[in-house]
Amino acid sequence: MDLPQLWFVIVAFFWLGYLVLEGFDFGVGMLMRPLSRNDTDRRLIINTIGPVWDGNEVWVIVAGAATFAAFPEWYATMFSGFYLPLLVILAALIMRGVAFEFRGKINDDTWRARWDWAITLGSWIPAIMWGLAFANLVRGVELTADHQMVSSLTDLLSPYALLGAATTTLLFATHGAIFLALKTAGEMRDRAGRLAALLAVPTTVVAGAFAVWTQLAHSAHDWTWAAVVIAAVGLVVVLVATRARREGWAFGASALVIAAAVVLIFGTLFPNVMPAINDPANSLTIANASSTDYTLTIMTWVSAFLTPLIIGYQGWTYWVFRKRLTAEVIPPHAGLPARAGADGE
Amino acid sequence: MDTLDLARWQFAIVTVYHFIFVPLTIGLAPLVAIMQTMWVRTGNESWLKLTKFFGKLLLINFALGVVTGIVQEFQFGMNWSEYSRFVGDVFGAPLAIEGLAAFFFESTFLGLWIFGWDKLPKKVHLACIWIVAVATNISAYFILAANSWMQHPVGAVYNESTGRAEMTDFGAVMTNNTLLAAYSHTVASALLVGGTFVAGVAGWWIVKSVRAGDRETARTIYRPAAILGMVTIVIAGAGVAASGDWQAKLMYEQQPMKMSAAEALCEGENGAAFSILTIGDLSNSCEGVDHILTVPGLTSFLGTGDFDGYLPGVQDLQTEYEAAYGEGVDYQPNLALTYWSFRLMIGFAVFSGLLAVAGLWLLRRGRVTENRWFARLCLLALPMPFVAASFGWIFTETGRQPWVVVPNPDPNGVDAIRLLTQDGVSSSVVAGEVIAATVTFTVLYTVLAVVWFTLMRRYASAGIAATSPALASGPDRPDSPDGGGDSSDDAPLSFAY
Repeated sequence: MDLPQLWFVIVAFFWLGYLVLEGFDFGVGMLMRPLSRNDTDRRLIINTIGPVWDGNEVWVIVAGAATFAAFPEWYATMFSGFYLPLLVILAALIMRGVAFEFRGKINDDTWRARWDWAITLGSWIPAIMWGLAFANLVRGVELTADHQMVSSLTDLLSPYALLGAATTTLLFATHGAIFLALKTAGEMRDRAGRLAALLAVPTTVVAGAFAVWTQLAHSAHDWTWAAVVIAAVGLVVVLVATRARREGWAFGASALVIAAAVVLIFGTLFPNVMPAINDPANSLTIANASSTDYTLTIMTWVSAFLTPLIIGYQGWTYWVFRKRLTAEVIPPHAGLPARAGADGE
Repeated sequence: MDTLDLARWQFAIVTVYHFIFVPLTIGLAPLVAIMQTMWVRTGNESWLKLTKFFGKLLLINFALGVVTGIVQEFQFGMNWSEYSRFVGDVFGAPLAIEGLAAFFFESTFLGLWIFGWDKLPKKVHLACIWIVAVATNISAYFILAANSWMQHPVGAVYNESTGRAEMTDFGAVMTNNTLLAAYSHTVASALLVGGTFVAGVAGWWIVKSVRAGDRETARTIYRPAAILGMVTIVIAGAGVAASGDWQAKLMYEQQPMKMSAAEALCEGENGAAFSILTIGDLSNSCEGVDHILTVPGLTSFLGTGDFDGYLPGVQDLQTEYEAAYGEGVDYQPNLALTYWSFRLMIGFAVFSGLLAVAGLWLLRRGRVTENRWFARLCLLALPMPFVAASFGWIFTETGRQPWVVVPNPDPNGVDAIRLLTQDGVSSSVVAGEVIAATVTFTVLYTVLAVVWFTLMRRYASAGIAATSPALASGPDRPDSPDGGGDSSDDAPLSFAY
């Protein structure tokens, strides 16, 4: 394996970390409204991811920056080519990020309701859009000889891409419901557990179909069947474990499914990074999109040193906040009253 | 407007906006860490209350810094993809390392700090905020490494066959003298922002508390914070001046056009004067420039260390650049913008100094004050270093136009690596897309600016009472906030969203 290939794997790994971790963040945000009966429920749900969502989101920043550093041509073509989808994702992530922090700052129902919308939309939109973007990457886009992406917006809405969008949406929702069941006790655990079992059925069908379609229509490698099989096994475990209310098993399995999906996607791309649907000669490949070996060597040392450290302290964070939450431990609102003046101004 | 102009406007809007929050995060995080350290070391609850008070303001601010930072990284690819292709081999590495070495630490340990008050031992919890404070600085270093490389490319060569800049010496990129000066200047100004923020808010509260008859709170809680802020201003202010001088001297070597434009120096001269007030028209031509108020020789001194030193004018440089880099390009930046942003940067920063001088005098030897003018000065000074920092970046980024990667006459720089801004814009992106993004960001950012300002103002003017309700209920409440292991199973969380 040469350095550019190693970096293809590393970039895939950062995406894997991002989608597994922020995947349940998105799911939790998507399900906040349907799973809550009152404000305390919503706060309980938000607080299951409160200490970790920001650290999870850094994975996408690093995935993006690693693509920039290791494959400038890929980064340039992909980010300018997927301009509008990325714009939508950015707007959603901005609203969602501040919503967690600002929601409780003013003790007022209208204020909270607005931020709840920001969390809801800010979670649904990226869940849909990442699937759409990755499916299009696998399917291929129109590239000119000098690596400009010229696909129109309607090209991006093919049935395969829409199935990809449905896959990430359902996967993240299920992953989030399982995480909630794992992180709460009492009534919320029940409610989330029931929803997870319910969501597992369509998720298995849709994600299974997407995996098989990807393998049959787009993958040139036999080994990616392994990812399809692992995803299928994971989905079956999710189905069984959510029914049996074994949250730990279910969560491990849903994480495995997302991981297998990422392996399948990047495995299918290999050795391309952006296949050209119009003319394979225009494809961006690992070889023609990468940085110099010098840059990749530096980056390899830095990542080899820091990535285990990051995984270590992020893992420790999950350990520190391992305790299940219930509505009873949510403290009263600490925000300022709605009207200025009521707090003594 | 074409795609280029739109993309430039968008970059200006999102970048200036992002850098409202960044200096406060970099400057305030260490001050909050110092406050918490004082509490852990002395056990004095005043420092705990201050930690929670300024910590809350830090978090409101941090959230916006984070979310607007994602846009920064994405827009290089979205709007400036030709630039990204050209520089990616060099420029991408510091960005990626910033994520790995700094941003992961910041985000993860900030989460631990926010939610960990009753979950972590006291000293481990304290370490979390220090890790955040140090990580913001590491963050600044790597981001500025990337930026400084555009201002002064080093450690790389231009590869004709790939048509891009390629890194040959990572060490040189990371020790670029432009970077060392820019980092010192940026971090010093961030501390000026943080110091002014703490001094301004605490100073205002001193006057308010004394006037409300609560001399005790003013003396025991807000006064130590105000002093901390003012001492920070003094130290940071000296750092800003010294690093600014260093930067200016480097810039005369590396980007003479920028500095000559900053002085509206049209023709080269010995003993160039520093102009305090200059009138020009907006035609960006030297004909309309009229220096009204000047200090003789000062510009030459600032640039060369000699009051009689020679500095080239923008017209000389234009001729020189045309010979070196080709005709048909206006190599002058916008003179009025460069000239005024440079002066406004310095002018607005002066208010922090005023605040520190007035404050340290009024609060000398344990005094508190009820001087209304001082309270007004506190409020007036608060936004000033933010504005100064914005103008600093406007100066530094517009002053290098029309280049996005500046060619260097300096022998230590790499002259062969250069890129005009107009050649860096994405070629596959159409104007409609850039308009959509610019409108989206502008609308979103305007709404969030209002929310940010409202929350900062409300929480600052609510004082310590709003952020330490549990403490106010008395010392004998069951779950004391001093950490030291898990609280019992059904105890409410000490903090929840």
